[in-house]
Amino acid sequence: MSDLRPQAVVIGASAGALEALTIILPALLADFPVPIMLVVHIPGDKRSVLAELFQAKCRIRVMEVEDKEPLVGGTAYFAPPNYHLLVEGNRTLSLSSDEPVMFSRPSIDVLFESAADAFGAALVGIVLTGANHDGARGLRAISDAGGHAVVQDPATAFAAAMPEGAIARCPDARVLPLDAIAAYLQKVVCA
Amino acid sequence: MSDLSALEKVEDIEIRLLLEALYSRYHYDFRGYAMASVKRRLRQALEQLHISTISGLQERLLHDRDMLPQLLGYLTVQVSEMFRDPDYFRAIREQVIPHLRTYPSLKVWVAGCSHGEELYSLVILFREEGLEDRTLFYATDISQEALQIAEAGVYPLDRMQLFTENHRKSGGKSSLSDYYQAAYGRVSFDRTLRRNVVFSDHSLVTDAVFGEMNLVSCRNVLIYFDRTLQDRALGLFKDSLPRKGFLGLGAKESIRFSDHAGAFRDFVREEKIYQRIGE
Repeated sequence: MSDLRPQAVVIGASAGALEALTIILPALLADFPVPIMLVVHIPGDKRSVLAELFQAKCRIRVMEVEDKEPLVGGTAYFAPPNYHLLVEGNRTLSLSSDEPVMFSRPSIDVLFESAADAFGAALVGIVLTGANHDGARGLRAISDAGGHAVVQDPATAFAAAMPEGAIARCPDARVLPLDAIAAYLQKVVCA
Repeated sequence: MSDLSALEKVEDIEIRLLLEALYSRYHYDFRGYAMASVKRRLRQALEQLHISTISGLQERLLHDRDMLPQLLGYLTVQVSEMFRDPDYFRAIREQVIPHLRTYPSLKVWVAGCSHGEELYSLVILFREEGLEDRTLFYATDISQEALQIAEAGVYPLDRMQLFTENHRKSGGKSSLSDYYQAAYGRVSFDRTLRRNVVFSDHSLVTDAVFGEMNLVSCRNVLIYFDRTLQDRALGLFKDSLPRKGFLGLGAKESIRFSDHAGAFRDFVREEKIYQRIGE
């Protein structure tokens, strides 16, 4: 585990994402010091309303990413539907329309692996509820780079497969019940 | 020992050197690409080619000519759709076409045409709107392989359901099946769609403007470039477009971070269609 204060948070969620994020994001304080990047699996042919939906409930800023968006603290960045979201070494966000990974675009693994490259040990990665196995490989990459790997306790998840897959691939991950994740985040980024 | 963690990572050094080699030896310039995607694609290439390091890939690239097309395949591969984001094509049809109709002849540039999905979408749209005969289409890409596929106009049959649905949602006035014939799990698009198309090798990174356009459509190409390279490409589009010329970008691409933002105004904001304004 890392001693470095995290400089960014990445979160991946699939089935049940809306309910889970509704517990976490609105609980974060307006002065949350680091950026949060999120991949939520949503159908590619829809215009996403996630950013608007959460902006109405949150104290932090919430937006859907456009290419080359610079990262700013206190902001949640949602991957747009039908694009992968990646972090560049200079801490800007980029998008790609490369083929789906494990049937998903955006892919949690793609975001997590690029974030692990960009932030190394100074990163928190969280795998939430979901019915597939996206995110397991990415969380492993975060853990291997010395970052904080966190998984929602499958017992508190709407769909347990994704957190279970992440724990299997990343056995040293910290497993937290859904209602403890916001407090953990608030603490770890301000430590 | 000094603090190694503060130094450039080995993989990043290797990538930098590989791209330098690719440029020095073959004049393909990926040095200004967005590195996170390049890194991902190179890792895929290593896995599939059974090469253990990027340095190993570099050796093969420099000493084995057959490696070049393979590597370019990994670095440039793009899967698109015909009429991807139907609302974009609907906006071209309903809001841009009425302006283009007032010109006696038209030039359209599909920059970074890859396998041609966007090109054929536009040609079909222009045919439906009765403008094809007065339009010259330029379809350009850096990959010869991609250009050959685009020129052949052959796609897997299983993609047609999506393409047909997209075409319908875009306000298509005909049936997409009017334009292709299916055989052996593939479809072949009507050769007459290519009669006003020039396919050409052109790089947004190293080549210059080649003509005055009425519409430049370049979707989901700039996302693979870093900011500096995006500026270069947008500069080419700016210089290719006279006042009132149109530029269409991908749904999540924007000129707002560019030095050239002032040369364009939003024309259909939500679809990233811009119009050139005077100096």
